[in-house]
Amino acid sequence: MREIDVSVITDNVAEMCISVNHFLSDDMKCAIEKSYDNEKNELGKVILEKLKDNLQIAGEEMIPICQDTGMAVIIMKVGQDVHFTGGNIEDAINEGVRKGYTEGFLRKSVVDDPLIRNNTKDNTPAVIHYFIVPGDKVEITLAPKGFGSENMSKLYMLKPADGIEGVKNAVLQAVKDAGPNACPPMVLGVGIGGTFEKAALLSKMALTREVGSHSELPHIKELEEELLEKINELNIGPAGLGGSTTAMGVNIETYATHIAGLPVAVNICCHVNRHIKKVI
Amino acid sequence: MEYHIEAPISKDVLSKLRTGDNVYITGTIYTARDAAHKRMDETLNKGDELPVDLKGNVIYYMGPSPAREGKPIGSAGPTTASRMDKYTPRLLDLGLGAMIGKGKRSPEVHDAIVRNGSVYFAAIGGAGALLSKCIKESEVVAYDDLGTEAIRKLRVEDFPVFVVIDSTGDDLYLKNN
Ligand code: SF4
Repeated sequence: MREIDVSVITDNVAEMCISVNHFLSDDMKCAIEKSYDNEKNELGKVILEKLKDNLQIAGEEMIPICQDTGMAVIIMKVGQDVHFTGGNIEDAINEGVRKGYTEGFLRKSVVDDPLIRNNTKDNTPAVIHYFIVPGDKVEITLAPKGFGSENMSKLYMLKPADGIEGVKNAVLQAVKDAGPNACPPMVLGVGIGGTFEKAALLSKMALTREVGSHSELPHIKELEEELLEKINELNIGPAGLGGSTTAMGVNIETYATHIAGLPVAVNICCHVNRHIKKVI
Repeated sequence: MEYHIEAPISKDVLSKLRTGDNVYITGTIYTARDAAHKRMDETLNKGDELPVDLKGNVIYYMGPSPAREGKPIGSAGPTTASRMDKYTPRLLDLGLGAMIGKGKRSPEVHDAIVRNGSVYFAAIGGAGALLSKCIKESEVVAYDDLGTEAIRKLRVEDFPVFVVIDSTGDDLYLKNN
């Protein structure tokens, strides 16, 4: 049994909130550079160049990359041999979010009740998913999610007979509907299988996987590549003003499902696809 | 075409702009997003005056991140305009000059733009750090309790936007796909 004081979690979450909103991970920086090099459309190239400038200014002057610093989504993989001490883990995580968003000059974008809608003024609560895994480590993944792109995300309950073509059509339709609203170039997280909620969670987890990496399943890797190509033929382009860079990556995660179902969740993310991971 | 224009923008200037034009705005603009629009709508329903005179003015759909010391504003890029569609035709009919946001607009907004000789501009979504450099002053002028969603008066210099819907109703997004 390994004991971890929850204050360690608070401090790490706070620091991660600040860092992730000012610096994109290397996979994302690389993806934007690559898009810039490959973009054919003149205006598209100008916009991608501005996105590169934006990243540089954000890091140098500590101005958040985007003003929508998101709702904090946190995926906790907790080793089964870990014992948290010194308080409640959920409170500790939210305290980290509060600290990070307040001390880091990040925007407070969370309302307490979806209908009454009073701003909580500290960006809490976070959306937290817990997984119990073997070992004595804690892996924290933080992925603040902006709602321009979150709002364009979709979940389809397809029929088994719809098959792979049905999946492709669903993803392409979601991207077309999102268009300029989701701040393209986008990154797509796709969850296929499981149940209604499992597919949605898989799609969110897919967004935290490195852009440029591929599924280990050959047929899914192929699907990722084919979809990326098809999406980039849509001519939505950077900022939705046309061009060959509509998406920078399609990450798909799958899970077993029921004989009667084929759930497909498409979690759309913008070019500010923020994700950071830390193992404690 | 590229234009450098002053805000508030006159109807004459607005009528010259065409879909796809590259425009740099200098002058005074106002921010308002979801909650401020809802409150303005409720104010009008009650027959009261709006806290800001919209006549000929530009609304920027934006809620900034907090400013660091010595800076006028934090990150300050556009938010999705379609969430304001429900309220926009009424504001345009009351004299709102132009809007800056990102993303598609409804047919009702298109009609109201044409009817009033207005323009819908897009700024680059997700470029909030870069765009903040063009904002020289910022002051909350209404609905302070709404935090980031308060109405702010901004002084901007060469703020870069694209004409998406011009006063004839032409739409750049629809042209592309
Ligand atoms: S969709 Fe992404 S880039 Fe666009 S405003 Fe929201 S967080 Fe920022």
